[in-house]
Amino acid sequence: MTAPILRIQHLSAVSDLEGGAPILRRVNLELAPGEALGLVGESGAGKSTIAKALLGVLPRTVRLTEGEITFDGKNLRTLPPKALRQIFGDEIALIPQDPLTALNPGRRIELQLTDGLRMRRKLPWREARARALQLLAEVHINDPERVMRAYPHQLSGGMRQRVLIAAAFALEPKMIVADEPTTALDVTVQKQILRLIRGLQEAHGTAVIFVTHDLGVVAQICDRVTLLFSGAVIESGSTEEVLGTPKHPYTRALIAAGPRYDRPGAGLQPVPEAVIAQLRADVAATDGRPGA
Amino acid sequence: MSEDLISATGLEVTYRGQRAGGVKVLHGVDVRIGRHETVGIVGESGSGKTTLGRALLRLVDVTAGTITFDGQDITHLPEVAMRPLRRRAQMIFQDPMASLNPRHTVRRILTEPLLFHRVAADSADALRRVRQFFDRVGLPLACLDRTPHELSGGQRQRVGIARAALLEPDFVLADEIVSGLDVSTQAQALNLLKTLTRELGLAMAFISHDLSVIRAVCDRVYVMRNGLVVEEGRCEDVFSAPANPYTRLLIDAIPLPEIDPGWLGRDRAEVAAAEAD
Repeated sequence: MTAPILRIQHLSAVSDLEGGAPILRRVNLELAPGEALGLVGESGAGKSTIAKALLGVLPRTVRLTEGEITFDGKNLRTLPPKALRQIFGDEIALIPQDPLTALNPGRRIELQLTDGLRMRRKLPWREARARALQLLAEVHINDPERVMRAYPHQLSGGMRQRVLIAAAFALEPKMIVADEPTTALDVTVQKQILRLIRGLQEAHGTAVIFVTHDLGVVAQICDRVTLLFSGAVIESGSTEEVLGTPKHPYTRALIAAGPRYDRPGAGLQPVPEAVIAQLRADVAATDGRPGA
Repeated sequence: MSEDLISATGLEVTYRGQRAGGVKVLHGVDVRIGRHETVGIVGESGSGKTTLGRALLRLVDVTAGTITFDGQDITHLPEVAMRPLRRRAQMIFQDPMASLNPRHTVRRILTEPLLFHRVAADSADALRRVRQFFDRVGLPLACLDRTPHELSGGQRQRVGIARAALLEPDFVLADEIVSGLDVSTQAQALNLLKTLTRELGLAMAFISHDLSVIRAVCDRVYVMRNGLVVEEGRCEDVFSAPANPYTRLLIDAIPLPEIDPGWLGRDRAEVAAAEAD
């Protein structure tokens, strides 16, 4: 394996709101350049906390207590704020979940799409505009001139998500964090957006972390998967291994819980309480133990 | 006399808005729901599935067409005459946080409708019914004195299901009731709903954008697009051999949790055609 673009080691975090309750427990994960990693788990698993830590937007109530986040050879936990600002947005970009709240409702797409190009790349207006048009074409928007003039509310959900994907790729980041990017979309639009992200990722050689609760999405577009429960990594490996021959009972239970249109008899098996109880015990047992 | 519990023919709904003439969201829809039958209504956003559900319960006014409930024409029945039917046709909502009063305890949320509809003789009787039902829906009795925000998402949804089922209705409308839940919680809620409809002999209209969920709980399905039913049939037939290309497209768009190298690229032509209109 080539040198990873991202390596997270023993990352732990606590929530001050819940009296110092652990929300990440010695998480390890690695991402190679150009690779797509699925970060999956149910609510409260800690997948969004990891995404936020990678983007430097953790809420004040969440504190990282140990571990390292090494991105492109630099430890993000020890870099000075100015160097961090350079990395966030420039080398690490976000594709957000809700395309409506992520866009400023009062600014035209043209302004929002060229912000980074003008301010970070110092491109003059004309060039930034030309690049933005090019980006819109790359995300298969047929009439980029109209979209550039539009306000977010004038675009459909799928169109808005395309604009945000264009914005994420605008500065040619080395890594993109996609936080449930298709959860708010219809299934047919979801498929188009997944195809688009995968295509751009391959064309640009960008590493992508896909935060999702949908194992189906992971199966179709991720090279590797990390499954979390209560802030701890439960199983990690290639998508083929984890979904094809899952080792952990929780992984198997999650796969069996989802309904399947192709197998009406299968699915809908709730995760057994014994599995959850065992998981909680295992996860709690590792608390307070020094990092391996 | 038809044996269907609910039947609607030529249903049209127009929402009044700024646009002259309003916006027509249902363009003549025929639906029938048999007694004890679970019928899925599936479609993407804007297809009219929620409006159809609301029209069946007379929660929106229909512009044309007729609706019958248990043989009675209710299309233009005045609200006073509708009232006895309200108990018999209940609704479970998508977001229990928004549909359960945040300032009421679960006890009050569940007993009040029983008294209002005179299903229970007095408050002691109402409480007895609620307690009995708790076991059935898998809620601990300790939840009785909690308010909705003190419950987990799965428990809240079960309170919503209990509120509807306690009134001993003939028909339940469930609109996207599991879309916000984790898969393990979703499996529990769906299993509960299946058991209850079977044991209580309920008819149900189950609205969802998720074809896998529809397949798991429904006997028949209506596929909607742009205010029209494009396909209707028994689930096993529709899923194994969809007659309409749009149904095919919807089914192909669902990612299954096993690697399928061709999935992402499949049916580009069909997607392009769907995008064009």
